[in-house]
Amino acid sequence: MKKDINALPKKNPLSLQLDLSQFEKATDDEKFMQQRMRPSTTFFKDGMRRLAKNKIAMICLFVLIAIVLIVAFVPMFYPYDYSSQLGNIKGQIPDGSFKNLKPFEYSTTELKRIEAGEKIFPHIFGTDALGRDYAIRVIYGTRISLIVGLFASIIVLIIGVIYGSIAGYYGGKVDLVMMRLVDIIYSLPDLLMIILFSVVLKQTLNLEGTVFEKLGVGMISIFIVFALLYWVSMARLIRGQILTIKQQDYVLAARSIGAKGGHIIRRHMLPNCISVIIISTALQIPSAIFTESFLSFMGLGVSMPMPSLGSLASDALGGIYTYPHRLVIPAITICLIVLSLNLLGDGLRDAFDPKLKK
Amino acid sequence: MDSKLALYIVKRVLLAVFTVFLVITITFFVMRAIPGGPFLAEKSPSAEVMAALEAKYGLDKPLWEQYITYLSDLIHGDFGPSIKNRGRNVIDLIMEGFTISAKNGLWAAGIAIAIGLTLGAIAAVFHNKWIDKLIMVLTSALVAMPSFVIATILLLLFCIVWPVLPANGNTEGGLILPIVSLALYPMSYITRLTRSSMLDVMGQDYIRTARAKGVSNTKVIFKHALKNAVTPVITYVGPMIAFILTGSLVVEKVFAVPGLGDYFFSSITNRDYPMVMGTTIFLATLMVIMTLISDILYKVFDPRVDLG
Repeated sequence: MKKDINALPKKNPLSLQLDLSQFEKATDDEKFMQQRMRPSTTFFKDGMRRLAKNKIAMICLFVLIAIVLIVAFVPMFYPYDYSSQLGNIKGQIPDGSFKNLKPFEYSTTELKRIEAGEKIFPHIFGTDALGRDYAIRVIYGTRISLIVGLFASIIVLIIGVIYGSIAGYYGGKVDLVMMRLVDIIYSLPDLLMIILFSVVLKQTLNLEGTVFEKLGVGMISIFIVFALLYWVSMARLIRGQILTIKQQDYVLAARSIGAKGGHIIRRHMLPNCISVIIISTALQIPSAIFTESFLSFMGLGVSMPMPSLGSLASDALGGIYTYPHRLVIPAITICLIVLSLNLLGDGLRDAFDPKLKK
Repeated sequence: MDSKLALYIVKRVLLAVFTVFLVITITFFVMRAIPGGPFLAEKSPSAEVMAALEAKYGLDKPLWEQYITYLSDLIHGDFGPSIKNRGRNVIDLIMEGFTISAKNGLWAAGIAIAIGLTLGAIAAVFHNKWIDKLIMVLTSALVAMPSFVIATILLLLFCIVWPVLPANGNTEGGLILPIVSLALYPMSYITRLTRSSMLDVMGQDYIRTARAKGVSNTKVIFKHALKNAVTPVITYVGPMIAFILTGSLVVEKVFAVPGLGDYFFSSITNRDYPMVMGTTIFLATLMVIMTLISDILYKVFDPRVDLG
């Protein structure tokens, strides 16, 4: 039996039960006001919308995507290889005319083949002192620099987040001891220690037979050094965030229904410091690229014949008077990558965490 | 000076001493992990010669004994003999190189601070005008350049394209380019730091009060704003010295300046381990002391900072 709600009988004349007949029905206008005008936006979408409005950041993103696409796909169909010395073919007399070509210049043998009607892909940036095509070396060097930057930042991210969130969440004596360690590592002069470790690791690491063999000792030692020293500022940042979030009521609620520490950190705390994590990772990549190129320039970076932007610039220094383009090209590439990443990082910071804006 | 500040200083000094000790320990044991020792690079000497050499440099004793000896030698200012530069002590070589590097470094630091503060203040005063934008574009580009890129580009521009300055650091005027290449990055950093802290200060109530009192614009900027905007720059002085010292490693290579960086560089390639250890420890100690001083000065100048 369906009751008419307006005709509900009063159980007790003294009851404070509301008299429904006293209420007015909502008009259509008022109902319209309750309607959702547009789908509700998530934190991530909101940040991306703000980022898309930032012209400089979008240009940088475009430049970076272009660079990544070039270094990822161009080597697949590029006719030359970064390590093969073009004049030296096994069983033949070495052809010296391939060495030190200027941009778009051909060697004498190539000119003969062109006269014979063959089509030969030009050496866009010329060749180096050993007759290797320079354009592909720059592309590979950029690839190496980007990979080092990205992976080093991921290593820093993982260690820093785990360490920082544990220290921040457990607090007290745990925090005190863990943060003392961070203080000490933080006060070590990082670049000097990196040079020292790179010198030693280059001599001691033996990677033969392991999966890392192809990467080379230089790159692995850079990763080890980053894993040892560079995570501390990330750990500090995450700890600070966790300390603030710990005071929130939803954390108390989660704890009172018996959630474990690890679960609270993973499900409630880390998602709430995601903006800080994104921003500082984005700003970590250029600093890793900086360090890698510095080490490679000093001859401590990736192993030969693999190029990196720093080692290309370092090699070009000897022939700077005759072949300045060999120095300018990797130098400009480094600046372009670091500048774009810096500005994109700033844009991300403005978009995802306006409070952090200086 | 209140007791909280004194406690902070004591804590920081202790941490600094411990850090230096840690650097020495890490350097010692890490360098000893290299197989073969320093003599293998030469044309392989016979077993007797090796034994004699090891005995001469004390390398035949157990590791902990070598460590204790090295520590006590260090306390007496003795960094041991250089293996590649026969008959020279590491400390003499370091001091020889450091007098040159320190001079360049101080010039670079002075230029960076003077120009950085000026540009930063100008950018903040003309906020969002074309001059502010120009300064920001220039400094953004400069902080994206590693020191060796700045050095090589300057070398290219002023020695090859437009040859007005000597490329060799040994000649007269040859130190201009190395000093400029060292100064540009910290200069840009200080400019950005000063600008943001100046903008922060200019929004404060006491600036409005000063303006409301009718204080002239120049006086507001120089007497009220700049004075308070400078304090955050102090914290950068320590890292800046560290940057200049490590930056000089590559800059001195590019311009062939016979400074400490040049020695360090060649000792790495020559595997002159006592020299690498000595230079690392020397530079690290210097950096730790500089950071310590700038941190303490910051707390002294800005009492609002939380003494954690």
